[in-house]
Amino acid sequence: MSVWLIVVVAVVAVAVWLYNSLVGLRNQVRNAWAQIDVQLKRRHDLIPNLVGAVKGYMQHEREVLERVSEARARAMAASGAAQAGQAEGQLSQAVGRLIAVMERYPDLKANQNVLALQEEVVSTENRIGFARQLYNDMVARFNTRQQVFPLNLVAGALGFQPAEFFEMDAAERAVPQVDLQPGGGR
Amino acid sequence: MADPAPPGPKTPRNLFAEQAANRRTTWLLIGVFVLFLAFLGFGFDLFVLGYDASRPARRGAVPIPIAAAFATVFGGVSSWFGYRFGDRAVLAGSGARPVRPDDPNARVLMNVVTEMAIASGLPMPKVYVIDDPDPNAFATGRDPDHASVAVTSGLLMVMNRDELQGVIAHEMSHVRNYDIRTMMVVAALLGAVLLLSDWASRVRIQGRRSRDDDEGSAASGPLGLLIFVVWLLAIVLAPLVGQLLATAVSRSREYLADASGAELTRNPMGLANALRKLQAATEPTRRVSRGTAHLCITDPLDRAVNEREGKLADLFGTHPPIDDRIARLEAMAYKG
Repeated sequence: MSVWLIVVVAVVAVAVWLYNSLVGLRNQVRNAWAQIDVQLKRRHDLIPNLVGAVKGYMQHEREVLERVSEARARAMAASGAAQAGQAEGQLSQAVGRLIAVMERYPDLKANQNVLALQEEVVSTENRIGFARQLYNDMVARFNTRQQVFPLNLVAGALGFQPAEFFEMDAAERAVPQVDLQPGGGR
Repeated sequence: MADPAPPGPKTPRNLFAEQAANRRTTWLLIGVFVLFLAFLGFGFDLFVLGYDASRPARRGAVPIPIAAAFATVFGGVSSWFGYRFGDRAVLAGSGARPVRPDDPNARVLMNVVTEMAIASGLPMPKVYVIDDPDPNAFATGRDPDHASVAVTSGLLMVMNRDELQGVIAHEMSHVRNYDIRTMMVVAALLGAVLLLSDWASRVRIQGRRSRDDDEGSAASGPLGLLIFVVWLLAIVLAPLVGQLLATAVSRSREYLADASGAELTRNPMGLANALRKLQAATEPTRRVSRGTAHLCITDPLDRAVNEREGKLADLFGTHPPIDDRIARLEAMAYKG
């Protein structure tokens, strides 16, 4: 009798622990996503400042600047992780291009305001990359936990769903096609 | 030593296994240190205060091993203080000043720390700068929620962004692996051992004289003599033994912090190049004291022992040889 009681208590304890671990992972995934969101907003806020600050110096690079502004507008309008990932990937590409082109202008390196903005943009690009790295690691752990025994039997019934990876690579691979079209159109 | 060492035999286990192992090591070390302290105290009871477990009622004797109890409590209290306040003591002792988030001169540093906090999924640590021309850095605190990262002004001068990122990633790995807590507690216990062995060595001769008339107790006879000799040795060797225990932990943690730091940045060469620059800087970091050495990314005293291979260097060095650390990072980079 008491043996059965112990077995029941043990099974319930393991079930509670597994369920809580799944909830904990789901919260970590949400937190990681929130961090990406914060950094993407930061990027969207910073880019007009950088473009405005360098515009005067870079009359001949209007195409590069326009591409950044357009990619930003598209990224801000994107909805859903897949579409946002693609748009943000293109924006990363455009910003990287702008930073590379800026290296060719010695006047820009003497401007403290531009240098400060450039550092902020570079850091934001890094933060987005690192936040994405962490988010995808968390998603992989969360999804794996749902797919292995015994939680695979009940995860769906308990309302857990696999989380979506945040992919920017697909967009980055598609970028050469964008480059083929002169004028930076979509 | 010039030829690159093969990548280390210890491939890093996963993060949670490492954290669990570190917690076990911490408790084991605390246990060893407290036993050591209790032994120092118990010897004091036997040979100085005249404690005798077999004859508790004897006149003039102390009824409980009071020195052993005191030493144990003292070790516990000081390790708690180390755990709770050790970071403040270390930061104040090295003259570290907190960086304001809006300080324009520290913008890159604050950005890099923010990036690494995001990459590791940890809260943003407090950031400090130490005015010292020698490049160095350390992390301290009791857990990731109460962590501090300090860098010297010399480090900010010589490192480019990638290298700084590598150094900060190394320090954030110490935070994430709970190395900072282990080190704080070990340092506090080491201090307690040094203090108590110092006290014990001051009074022992005086007390020994009154034990001559005592026969048949635990403190006399061949066994008593043996315990007495071991106890004297323990007092004399306490500073050395404590140091050995502390360095044993610190050395092995450095490889791991390098590896998990590279995992955070996904750029092992950043840290490898930073280590090369740190190696080239041979001036000692004056603001960092001896007791803080094991916290730093490279030995602030630039002691030669850390650059040697072998058993002896493993015993006494707080850090593994830099050449070896660089070789391991380069091996990671080539793997892709």
